Amino acid sequence: MIRLIGVHKGFGTKQVLRGLDLEVRRGETFVILGPSGTGKSCMLKLLVGLLRAEQGEIWVGRQRVDDARPRELWEIRGRIGYLFQSSALINWLSVAENVALPLTEHTRLAPHEIDRRVDEYLGKVHMLQSKYQMPGELSGGQKRRVALARVLAGTPSIILYDEPTAGLDPIMTQNIAALIRSVQREFGVTSILVTHDLPCAWEAGDRVAFVDGGRVVHSDLTERFRHTDHPTVRHFLDGGRAASHGVTR
Amino acid sequence: MIRFFQFLGRTLEDSVQGAGKTLALLGSTTLQMRHAWKRRRFILDQLYTCGIRPLPVVLVVALFTGMILALQTGIELDRFGAKDRIAAIIGLGLCREMGPFMTALILTASVGSGIAAELGTMKVSEEIDALETMSIRPESFLVMPRLVAMAIATPLLTFVTDLVGILGGCLVSATRLRIAPEQYLKNVVNSLAEVLTWGGLPKDLYCGLAKAFVFGVIIAVVGSAAGLSASGGAIGVGRATRSSVIQSFVLIIVVGYYLTSFFYT
Repeated sequence: MIRLIGVHKGFGTKQVLRGLDLEVRRGETFVILGPSGTGKSCMLKLLVGLLRAEQGEIWVGRQRVDDARPRELWEIRGRIGYLFQSSALINWLSVAENVALPLTEHTRLAPHEIDRRVDEYLGKVHMLQSKYQMPGELSGGQKRRVALARVLAGTPSIILYDEPTAGLDPIMTQNIAALIRSVQREFGVTSILVTHDLPCAWEAGDRVAFVDGGRVVHSDLTERFRHTDHPTVRHFLDGGRAASHGVTR
Repeated sequence: MIRFFQFLGRTLEDSVQGAGKTLALLGSTTLQMRHAWKRRRFILDQLYTCGIRPLPVVLVVALFTGMILALQTGIELDRFGAKDRIAAIIGLGLCREMGPFMTALILTASVGSGIAAELGTMKVSEEIDALETMSIRPESFLVMPRLVAMAIATPLLTFVTDLVGILGGCLVSATRLRIAPEQYLKNVVNSLAEVLTWGGLPKDLYCGLAKAFVFGVIIAVVGSAAGLSASGGAIGVGRATRSSVIQSFVLIIVVGYYLTSFFYT
């Protein structure tokens, strides 16, 4: 479904991705773990053409993204939903208007049908009560859920989650992870989840990859990944566990 | 010495690149005009922001500019016994040059900087990226409504500036120079009516309004281009805002000269 082959990307003198290879299968939730600054978010932006790779190939289905023309890129993006770390809701539009954006922009649905669908998607993320609020009135977790409803309104076949639980409390983290899982089950979407949050990764992921130094150093099924002996991954996982118990290493 | 030329070269390269991007944005936004009806609500919102909100400051500046012009010029003309010419000077001066320039400079400082800051904040908070990933063009969704609103609001506000400035001049002429208001207004109308060319409109008035239209387009496009190229958080937004104001000021003055030259030579 999604393939990255030998992808390189740098910013100035800093090389972020150095020959990254990755394959995500249709319908699975693929988690990408790794230390900060290893190019996890950069990889998601490459997938939707917000950034251009310097070298390598990026495929979404049968379409190649890295050398796509603008028109092809718009088409590819139509199949992908992107949940930004900052939620990226349009601040001067209400929650309902934000969720309705993909519908008002790309369909000719009647206003009452758009309204019905907005209610439906907001209901799925348990945010219907905030329909007429502005993004500035919402908490971080609520914004993420509204952003997810907006993503769902675009009926994507692929969803990219960029640190969806960053800065959220453990209960909200669990809610978001459960939501990611339920979206995958209900809509059958292929998902890539970039996160630092191990509980979220274990809850939502089918497979997990660990990225370090601009490459995938280890990848496995979630259950096997949790108990891996790979030294770099083990160090990261143990560090994560220690930090969650308030121990500074 | 080499560093100086390196700096000069970089600055020149950046300026040319910036100008190219701004022109490209103008072109791609013009192509999005076909979506104007679909985005009528956004255009109306922007008309309020660009046309109604700056109105108080435009009124105050226009009134006092007319008054200052009448006072300064009137005192000198009175010495030569030609104070009756004050109405023509104020009427022509405001309609031809000062009205469009003053309005454009006020709008650059108030609206243009606001456009750059707003779009810059959207850029650094990934809202623009979010639009692009939803296959929504920022040129259509964000820039076009601002461009249309500024292209409409700037000539309208310029017309208001002209009127209020002339009335400000009338006030000072009546109270300080002892020129009857009816005589002053009659002189203004006569001086403007000397060259009637297009649909019965005085040339001095429509040339000024045409300039204002161009200035409105410049303010909207330069502000949008600066905002959309912002990067690096709050500092980047500040830099984009500052650069949009400077670029707009310079462009308004330079383009204003060439438009005057085009209309009057």
